[in-house]
Amino acid sequence: MYLKHVYVIRGEWTGIEPAVEAHEHATGGLFRKHPPVEEGGVSLAGALARLVAWRLAFVVPLLLVVTAAMFALAKASPFDPVRQYLGERALVTSPEIREQIRANWGLDRPLAEQYLTWLGNLLTGDLGESRSFHRPVAEVIGERLGWTMLVTGAAIVLMLAAGLVLGTLAAYRQGSWADRLLTGIAYASEAAPVFWIGLIAIWIFSVTLGWLPAGGLTDAGSATVTVGEVARHMILPVAVLAFSQSSWLVLFVRESVIGALREDFVIGARARGLRERTVLAGHALRSALLPFLTLLGARIPELVTGAILVESVFSWPGVAGTAVRAALAVDFPLLAALTLLATVAVVLGNLVADAAYVIADPRTRVLGVS
Amino acid sequence: MKRLWALVVALLAAVAACSAPVDTPAEDGTFVIGLSSEFDTLNPVLGHAPDGGSPLFDGLVSRAADLSLRPALAREIPEVTGTTVTFRLREGVTFHDGTPLTSEDVAFTYNAVLDPDNNSTIRGDYAAIEKVEAPDPQTVVFHLKHPYAPILQRATLGIVPKRLLEGQKLDAAAFNTSPVGTGPYRFVSWTPGDKIVLEANESYWGGAPEIKRLVLAFVPDDNARATRMAAGELDATVLPPKAAARFENQGGVTVHRVPSADYRGVMFPMKQPVTGDAAIRKALNLAIDRSAMVNTILAGAGDPAFGPIAPGTTWHNPAVTGSATPDREAAVRILEEAGWTPGPDGIRVKDGTPARFTLMYPAGDSLRKELALAVASDAKRIGIDVRPAGLDWDAIEPRMAKDALIMGYGSPYDPDYVNYELFHSSYAGQGFFNPGHFEDPRVDELLEQGRATADEKERKRIYDEFQQRTTTRRPGRTWCTSSTST
Repeated sequence: MYLKHVYVIRGEWTGIEPAVEAHEHATGGLFRKHPPVEEGGVSLAGALARLVAWRLAFVVPLLLVVTAAMFALAKASPFDPVRQYLGERALVTSPEIREQIRANWGLDRPLAEQYLTWLGNLLTGDLGESRSFHRPVAEVIGERLGWTMLVTGAAIVLMLAAGLVLGTLAAYRQGSWADRLLTGIAYASEAAPVFWIGLIAIWIFSVTLGWLPAGGLTDAGSATVTVGEVARHMILPVAVLAFSQSSWLVLFVRESVIGALREDFVIGARARGLRERTVLAGHALRSALLPFLTLLGARIPELVTGAILVESVFSWPGVAGTAVRAALAVDFPLLAALTLLATVAVVLGNLVADAAYVIADPRTRVLGVS
Repeated sequence: MKRLWALVVALLAAVAACSAPVDTPAEDGTFVIGLSSEFDTLNPVLGHAPDGGSPLFDGLVSRAADLSLRPALAREIPEVTGTTVTFRLREGVTFHDGTPLTSEDVAFTYNAVLDPDNNSTIRGDYAAIEKVEAPDPQTVVFHLKHPYAPILQRATLGIVPKRLLEGQKLDAAAFNTSPVGTGPYRFVSWTPGDKIVLEANESYWGGAPEIKRLVLAFVPDDNARATRMAAGELDATVLPPKAAARFENQGGVTVHRVPSADYRGVMFPMKQPVTGDAAIRKALNLAIDRSAMVNTILAGAGDPAFGPIAPGTTWHNPAVTGSATPDREAAVRILEEAGWTPGPDGIRVKDGTPARFTLMYPAGDSLRKELALAVASDAKRIGIDVRPAGLDWDAIEPRMAKDALIMGYGSPYDPDYVNYELFHSSYAGQGFFNPGHFEDPRVDELLEQGRATADEKERKRIYDEFQQRTTTRRPGRTWCTSSTST
């Protein structure tokens, strides 16, 4: 028999920070039978549609602001794109030719005109040409985006799985040597920069032990891209990215589960003689998961930064490493497209997190978190 | 990029030279070369290997190991007189896709480089060409704006197929990352950020290459390249002198130290009171300790330099030389005679002007930084106060007429290359060309004669005088060291 926890929404809670509120009160919510939606309440589909519509209305001005700011920053940058384009040939190129290239790119036009031209082309689906790659921006991004998604996607899955399992175990065995070790490593990795962890991993697994390749997509000598080789080459980048990003997750899950283990309903479950495994996974962990969705959405930008460093260290031919090159070469068309992409990724990440939240927690439909 | 391809060629030549069984690549015929940077493009029109270093493309002419020209896509080396040069093409040459090479392709290649809309980084090198015509399929005619002897040296540019590029926006053509040429290797794949794979062109007009598969792997980090070379992942690579040391005397590996024409020197602004004084420039030229620079800064991988044309090339004037060790007495004598007398703080003064100037260097270039510091300490010993300043190139550019600069140029191919722009008064103050306003009517005359004269002996005489004049009579630069890559 289950204990019935009745959950009542009080008006003054609307102003409470969602994550805190959820953390404090979701525990009950998940384990009760949902009360029927009151008259005047919002259905799930309606709430989702409203959330998406709100976000889309918000994303257009956001992208405008971000891209305009980027144009202004690029204009203020002390680096001359034409000089970067010419590279070491800049020293043997006459000013007249440099001016010609500047004019061909439209860099001699006023900033507002450059921005509006770029925006106009964007609306017709033309992202322009990358100056450093001599290829259309869409193709440069197209051929690299897949590799970045592969690494970050695998890293997210690994990070979630490892974070949940280790965090729960650490909470369950709170104070044991395993818990101390895990917490210690998590704090240390939170403090260590990603590229440093990457270099250490290369030194241990590639140089000293010789188990895994140090970088690249495939072996230097091979001509074709085979699944086996890519899988072997992605072990280190994925592991490093997941490791460096999962420390906060382990710590968070540990804290939440420890908190949940002290709650009445867990004590009640134990009192009813349920198996420890059921209590831990079915009751304590589940109740700790809800705020985690929001955190995950908020953490996606950090994953993007992490990916840039990991791709650079492991010579992974992804889109994040390209951002570094585009920035150094002041390759503006490519940089602009990558910034757009990153902004959209962050907005989408938050949208997905909030949508999941709306699905998981009926209260948010009424509270209108959207 | 030029040096990168020169390296590929040097490595290939080294491989070809070592035909002993020990040096044969892996059984599957794959040879892996580790490069320090990735290519921007593989399109010769946009600046890929204009000096003929690409295994994918052929020029009308190519260079032998001693840098002498030999016919490639051209049947023979044509005479250069006046403003037209006519090349006859080799018969039966095909591109990697099987289509035949015609003079239309050659004309298209050169005209595309010259087209301002294509933003080619090498357009300035071909400024002497008015246009290129193809009167019949086997004949190419170059029309020049003025008589230009080095035109043959410019004929090493790789030829691209017109059929695949005509009417396209060259800046963004698919060709740029999957090229089709006539060279000994055909393009297979390019994994961005990782490597390029090439395979032997079995129907190459010069005979099929022995190495059947060539991989150019991009490994930017020097230590990573050395490690992967030691691990056997790479068959050849380029390394800084210190990282190359571990491979010395190692069985199965040969270290080639290749001299280069790449030099570093001090560019003086000629219109400034201190650096504009010939006595200051001559004294510094004598006071700089070139041997110490080579031994400590370049770890022995370099040679002292005294002029803009590298020793070891046919155009070098052996009379333009000097002592690698400093002669401070002579330097001080020159300064005293010119009226620069020691001031109270040890810095020399003339008519109330202290012998003091700023020496700029690009902040990210550690070699130039060390050279600038060395020049400053050598100058201090004869009473000249040189103040090094590390700046970004974009900050250096507007200051070049006022402050001295550690600059670097050099080309082994033709004495006209770069030197015309660096020393001719018509280029004074034009960007990085002659930023110090070096102006000498005799040098202008020599440079003009040099590019217009086809006769080798006469040219040699002209450039001998040019080297004398720019280094001893009116030094506009002080030459530090010519570096050598290994």
